[in-house]
Amino acid sequence: MNDLYRAIADPTRRAILDELVERDGQSLFELCGRLTMKHGIGSSRQAISQHLEVLESAGLVVVRREGRYKFHWFNGEPLRAITKRWPTNGHRS
Amino acid sequence: MRVNLSSVMVDDQAKALRFYTEMLGFQKKHDIPMGEHRWLTVVSPEDPDGVELALEPDEHPAAKPFKSAIVEDGIPFTSFAVRDIAAEYERLESLGVRFTQPPVDYGTVITAVFDDTCGNLIMIAQETPES
Repeated sequence: MNDLYRAIADPTRRAILDELVERDGQSLFELCGRLTMKHGIGSSRQAISQHLEVLESAGLVVVRREGRYKFHWFNGEPLRAITKRWPTNGHRS
Repeated sequence: MRVNLSSVMVDDQAKALRFYTEMLGFQKKHDIPMGEHRWLTVVSPEDPDGVELALEPDEHPAAKPFKSAIVEDGIPFTSFAVRDIAAEYERLESLGVRFTQPPVDYGTVITAVFDDTCGNLIMIAQETPES
């Protein structure tokens, strides 16, 4: 659970999730391009790779190999724990 | 000094020549036997006297690990300019070319990335000057 809050506490990691929601299943190269060009995030590829590992260990990003390529997919499932703990509609789901 | 040559390292020169001419539409410029391999270059029909692209064998032991490492991360080895990326994307996809990145619009440039079937990812880019 702590992993989840730590994962979404960082603005770069939130931007990564934003981009994956816009288009799921991206390569590291595409993600880095989007972060640089659209968010002005000039972090190195290696730094983005480390952010992805944090997101992956929180279950928010799933990495799948397709042949020789590696793609990153968004998984919103762990976020349910937040609205379960603090219901948004006033009563528990 | 000027740039007259660029190259991609391919796993099979005959296959590469087919892909780069039949699929991408380049023309063969030089094809000189060099022992086991060939000095093989292609040019764009839009610029036949322009920069040549050499289709070089990737037989150096360092070449293959390098290629697979950058392909895994989706990193293109080189980039070609296109006038209409949407049309080019549609045309290549219909020919069965595998894209790892469909066209993404960055404001001043739209890029896409595909697999050249010879062990490389290639970017195509359309510049979109702000009007």
